[in-house]
Amino acid sequence: MYDTGKIIVGLAIFVGLVTSPIWLNKGKAAPKPSPKLDTPAIQQLEKKECVESRQFMRSTHMQLLNEWRDRALRKGERRYINKKGEKIYISLQNTCMKCHSNKKEFCDTCHNYTDIKPYCWDCHFIPEGRKTWASTEGHS
Amino acid sequence: MAILVSLGAVLAIVVIALIGAQVGPLQYLLGILVPYAAFAIFIGGFIWRVVYWGKSPVPFRIPTTAGQEYSFPWIKRNRFDNPVKLWEVLVRMFLEVFAFRSLFRHTRAELRGGNLIYGPSKWLWLGALMFHYSFLVIALRHLRFFVQPTPEFVKTIENIDGMLQIGAPHMYLSEVMLLTGLAILLGRRFFAPRIRYISLANDYFPLFLIIAIATTGILMRFLFRVDIVGVKELVLGLASFHPTLPDGIGAMFFIHVLLVSALLAYFPFSKLMHMGGVFMSPTRNLVNNTRMKRHVNPWWTPPKFHTYEEYEEEYRDLMKEAGIPVERE
Repeated sequence: MYDTGKIIVGLAIFVGLVTSPIWLNKGKAAPKPSPKLDTPAIQQLEKKECVESRQFMRSTHMQLLNEWRDRALRKGERRYINKKGEKIYISLQNTCMKCHSNKKEFCDTCHNYTDIKPYCWDCHFIPEGRKTWASTEGHS
Repeated sequence: MAILVSLGAVLAIVVIALIGAQVGPLQYLLGILVPYAAFAIFIGGFIWRVVYWGKSPVPFRIPTTAGQEYSFPWIKRNRFDNPVKLWEVLVRMFLEVFAFRSLFRHTRAELRGGNLIYGPSKWLWLGALMFHYSFLVIALRHLRFFVQPTPEFVKTIENIDGMLQIGAPHMYLSEVMLLTGLAILLGRRFFAPRIRYISLANDYFPLFLIIAIATTGILMRFLFRVDIVGVKELVLGLASFHPTLPDGIGAMFFIHVLLVSALLAYFPFSKLMHMGGVFMSPTRNLVNNTRMKRHVNPWWTPPKFHTYEEYEEEYRDLMKEAGIPVERE
């Protein structure tokens, strides 16, 4: 091989870069999140079910929330009819957070794990009597 | 024909993944074994290909000389199109790798009123630049799944990329740019008659494959949502060699992963190797110093001469016997 030194350095840089996730993780996968569902409001429920199915909420809640925001604030519609035909009042504070009052143990666990920064709290108050807007706590 | 073959191949991959995703044990194959195998082929093949290229001797300086070369001091020379020093060639390579300068020089020839005229044509450059940079941004954004905690620069890229805050989850600029770039690159193969004439299945296949990867990625993000926590668990497990297969991720993810695996495995054996090849191009990376330095062919060995003296030495007796005159007795 000609120019062996240069080629080996180049290849080493390439292999180092494409395998960087392996080195950065040091062979340990971070523990997966376990969002807590045991708020007082949920424990009082007879049927422990969210507005849509568990599978749907897991994957698609952000789109539902976005749709709710558009309906409630831009069109003034506060009524959502779910796939079972139940009527639900559209409100983050009074519907979602009534049950899921534990943002830190619920929302933030998965959002931190997947490093997602939802901008809900740019406008909404963070529950639990927090006084500040858009707290950075639990966001990074 | 070439178009149909490559499109068919990509669709076959999609169908295989779609069927495999419905069957539990096959998910293990699609989500864990195939990605590992594809990644190993990618790295191994890449090294093999570069070493193979490295073995080719380059006996002469063969840079493309696209400007006035070094000459008398009163002749203005073009440093970066005809470099004679190392730093000049480094600038040339930098512009080539990061700004695609060769593509910027792309021209087209046209017959107008019986005259052949040449004019600039920047579409190839624009499409290539859009495609490559968005692809890089998208690849870097995917580190979000591969590394925990996510590196800071990845978050910065994500914030800039999603700054329009359209929809939930946010639409990324790179998604739009990638597909636009790909449309330009594919469009020129479809609609420019001469490009179409020379296009082969191995030109169309990577384009269709990457379009399919982008499309499944975008669909997965906006229409057929998958369980992102499950996806991160799987991908992080792959990257830390503790693979697990969470339940209920969603079929679209497996299609996306099989397409990406196909791209990785195909990479070292295709034209996509220009990723490594651009650095190995003697027409770009050599300095044009033929007139300042003597370059000896690297495999040159002195030829074996058999001089007359040696010849006579060897055959003197026979020569004398035959009556042939000899120089020394």
